[in-house]
Amino acid sequence: MAIATPGTQYTPSTNGNYAIEAHSLRIYYGDFLAVKDVDLNIPRQKITALIGPSGCGKSTMLRAFNRMNELVPTARTEGEILYNAVNIYDADIDPVEVRRHIGMVFQKPNPFPKSIYENVAWGARINGYKGNMDEMVCEALQQAALWDEVKDKLNQSGLSLSGGQQQRLCIARTIAVKPDIILMDEPASALDPIATLRIEELMKELTQKYTIIVVTHNMQQAARVSDYTAFFSLDEADRAGILIEHGATKKLFTNPEKTITEDYITGRFG
Amino acid sequence: MSKNPHKPPRHRMPPQLETEGFIPNLMRRHRVGKFWLVIFRFATIVGVIALATLLLNVANSAFGYVAIENKIDPDTLAVNGVELDDLPKAELVRILQENVSTGLFRRLEHEEPFEERSRIEVYGLVIERVVEPRVVQQWSLQDSLFRGAAIKAEVARDYPTAELEFKSWLDRYFILNPQSARAERAGVRTAILGSLWTVSIAILFAFPIGVGGAIYLEEYAADNAVNRVIRTNINNLAGVPSIIYGILGLAIFVRALEPLTSGTLWGLADPTTANGRTILSAGLTLGLLVLPMIIINAQEAIKAVPSSLRQASFGLGATRWQTVWHHVLPNALPGILTGAILSISRAMGETAPLVVIGASTFINQDPNGPFSKFTTLPIQIYQWTSRPQDVFRNIAAAGIIVLVLLLLSLNASAVILRNRFSRRLD
Repeated sequence: MAIATPGTQYTPSTNGNYAIEAHSLRIYYGDFLAVKDVDLNIPRQKITALIGPSGCGKSTMLRAFNRMNELVPTARTEGEILYNAVNIYDADIDPVEVRRHIGMVFQKPNPFPKSIYENVAWGARINGYKGNMDEMVCEALQQAALWDEVKDKLNQSGLSLSGGQQQRLCIARTIAVKPDIILMDEPASALDPIATLRIEELMKELTQKYTIIVVTHNMQQAARVSDYTAFFSLDEADRAGILIEHGATKKLFTNPEKTITEDYITGRFG
Repeated sequence: MSKNPHKPPRHRMPPQLETEGFIPNLMRRHRVGKFWLVIFRFATIVGVIALATLLLNVANSAFGYVAIENKIDPDTLAVNGVELDDLPKAELVRILQENVSTGLFRRLEHEEPFEERSRIEVYGLVIERVVEPRVVQQWSLQDSLFRGAAIKAEVARDYPTAELEFKSWLDRYFILNPQSARAERAGVRTAILGSLWTVSIAILFAFPIGVGGAIYLEEYAADNAVNRVIRTNINNLAGVPSIIYGILGLAIFVRALEPLTSGTLWGLADPTTANGRTILSAGLTLGLLVLPMIIINAQEAIKAVPSSLRQASFGLGATRWQTVWHHVLPNALPGILTGAILSISRAMGETAPLVVIGASTFINQDPNGPFSKFTTLPIQIYQWTSRPQDVFRNIAAAGIIVLVLLLLSLNASAVILRNRFSRRLD
């Protein structure tokens, strides 16, 4: 599923276990350095949580994985992100194709003001899906654990659903374009605890097929749902976001290597 | 709950809280609110009064008593005791032939053979050309309502042969007749058609270009100095006096592009004029005039589309164009159409640039395409109000009513269209 076949000079450093790798990543907004020198490997078909205090660059980091930062005119990225042995920031890589392979779910549920069916079908259609659309929509909604609730009202507006249902609709919409990796930017922060729980269960089910990277502010959520956790914080010197520690969630939460990580996850700061 | 939401409810004051550092000022705050409420209400009332005065003033001239004298008494045209009203078509044609000049009769026959004309039509011609009713004196609606008896006495004294009748200057004939030098016979058909033609061309020209420009500026153009200058100056253009656009249109469309706008390039030119002072020139000039308005409104509408929608679209692997076409435009459409509605009103009421372009002040031929000479309703009204005879003031008033009604119906259809689009979205 190579996104392009450029004559890349990079040696395929990608170990088969990693879905995506960031190497020496630096992200600027104008002159401001938001993310500094991050090296991060994301294991395949696992959930990796990015945590850290506000403004530490974790959302920026997440958006770097599918080049969404480029929608901000002043944003600039240095370093490389390897996906299937290809640097997605190479000049000849089309960000539009990257985003199809690496989908995104946003903090606030943002269904299109169209019918539930169209919400799911649209992304697949514009990407050239030629199979049976009805089956595909049904399958995506089932995978997103939404089918039973909406199967009788597929023609109603996506905005008529509750917040939690809307967020699952957004997940179904993302699944429908058959991505490889799903990025989630605080997907449950606008939802009530029950809806949050359903999203978390869904995320676990989705790891059977997808790699998930999730940004969260919620320590318990990170502990509950993720397999790996990356802790970001601010460099005191230049206020840039840096990766402090990355590892298996269990280890990071029970036996962190750095004191600053421990302080954060035990609630002593942040 | 108080019924009037603006009126502060008369609450009982809770026991005074003597808090250090706070001065009790609730009464004063309510008083300030009330003061501004009075000011705003006054502003609204001034607006309503101004509008009512305008409407009354127009109605005052458009309706009222008129004293009519006939050149030939219709009773003398009765044949064998059958009244003129009841005569068959053949008799009416004969009367017409006997009473008008051979030249006029032949011209009428040439325009449409009498055999094909309906009886009503021939009857109308007899009244118009033979009986020739003439308004010798007219009164305002106000006088007609409150001084009826005095008017009757005045007519009996001054115009013994005249008939007094209550006339609505706005009637079927006024709308269907072409322009005429005689106020009784003048109508606005030519002007209505001219207005519809020019406004249609203006919108067809300005809407796609304006929306396209707005899409480019909002979705594609980088935020650099050049584009900022362009954005600012489009806003400035919206404030340029319309006569300047007239001069621009005269230089570009009427003069420089004359072969195009006169139609000679395509061999479609109106042989009687064959110059650039055509409907096409007028429409394009009005199009330039409303272009900034359409761009600004479309820009605002596009800006108001939530960026979360764009992000969702990009996140699914949509290109910029797919995002604009499938999400931004449909959601901005109601706002864009609001701009179009405002532009239609503006183009419809514009007079000055068309005077510069060279609208015909007297024309009784319907426009038959973009290369005809033209006049429009505002031009016609302006021209009638500047005539010395009082009676033209009355048809000018009737013309104003036609203009307002036309404007309202065009706007209403645009609003219906807009509401249908916005309903489809949620």
